[in-house]
Amino acid sequence: MLTVAQAWKTLEDVPDPEIPVISVTELGIVREIEVTENGLKVVVTPTYSGCPATEVIAQSIREALLEAGAAQVNVETRLSPAWTTDWIVPAAREKLRAYGIVPPGERAANAPQPLRFHRPRLRCPRCGSDDTERLSEFGSTACKATYRCKTCLEPFEYFKPI
Amino acid sequence: MATNQEHTEYVLRIGDNALILGQRLSEWCGHAPVLEEDMALANMALDLIGQARMLLTRAGALEGEGRDEDRLAFLRTEGHYRNLTLCELPNHDFARTKVRNYLFSTFQVLLLSRLVGSTDAELAAIAGKSLKEARYHQQHSGDWVIRLGDGTEESHRRTQEALDYLWPYTAEFFAPAPGEDAIAAAGIGPAWHELEQSWEAQVHPLMVEATLTVPPRTPFKSYGKFGRHSEHMGHLLATMQYMQRTYPDTQW
Repeated sequence: MLTVAQAWKTLEDVPDPEIPVISVTELGIVREIEVTENGLKVVVTPTYSGCPATEVIAQSIREALLEAGAAQVNVETRLSPAWTTDWIVPAAREKLRAYGIVPPGERAANAPQPLRFHRPRLRCPRCGSDDTERLSEFGSTACKATYRCKTCLEPFEYFKPI
Repeated sequence: MATNQEHTEYVLRIGDNALILGQRLSEWCGHAPVLEEDMALANMALDLIGQARMLLTRAGALEGEGRDEDRLAFLRTEGHYRNLTLCELPNHDFARTKVRNYLFSTFQVLLLSRLVGSTDAELAAIAGKSLKEARYHQQHSGDWVIRLGDGTEESHRRTQEALDYLWPYTAEFFAPAPGEDAIAAAGIGPAWHELEQSWEAQVHPLMVEATLTVPPRTPFKSYGKFGRHSEHMGHLLATMQYMQRTYPDTQW
């Protein structure tokens, strides 16, 4: 029998399939774990509606908990409140940067977002230069934008705040 | 009170828009002019299909006849789709794709902003999720419309042609649909005409910035949201439904 605390601990080692340096708990998508009559209930919220990793994540969560000793695991999806990059834990932000992804800028909840020509000035995660430019609002996954450093000429990604 | 059928149809309209435009945008995968745009278009297609899955699941639950997202997406016939005609039009070129995305995502942002306060809690949750994505679609496509419109002679020409071609179809966004007053009264979502003024107020200044001329309104009407589609819809469905029609109930 796995306790709720043990379950949380177990999920700290389940990586996000697309950004394997951070775990699903660090990403802030595991919202709730509860012991029910039908085994462990894990509530997960998707990052983006069409994120193809969502089903892989549910599968890895189930497998990790079963392996850790849970008798039965039910992964539920909850949409509201919608996931925000504010839920990424501080420690994970530094891991992202070390991995070459600039972590999302903090923003106050529900603050209006500038709609167009919003070009946050980013520091290159490789060489630290401020002389960078955005190539596209979208990157290798929906959650990231593509940038280029004009000093070291390397491309990098930015985890978009939502 | 809105009837269950009116409620279902309302959600279906929103879900079908996302589904059909998502299908269209996915056609760009591997064909966009630059790699960054290839990824951007595929990402936006994914967002829309993700939104469509949630909305069609909701519509199926409201309908109560046991149809899930897959049955609704892949096993209806043309006349039962409720998407705006604009969403089903072929991509044509990059300019038309971007202008359409801008016109539609601006509408979508306004609609979703209203739906987050819906009395249908599930619809409100879906809208809250989708709105964050739609804002990026609007920002991205708006940037492109300006860049192309105020770009080279060739890009300006093509973008103006795209706007001239697409503009008449935008009248359908705001055309009244049966039951919308009941939907609005029940607090489920806005009647379509309620979004028109804000939409026009956003679109016109951007077109000025893009040095494009918005064509005058004409009596032209399209009726996709009532199930009367253009000649392009059947072709799109033939591609989209192929797997489910050939191998019924197939699973990945």
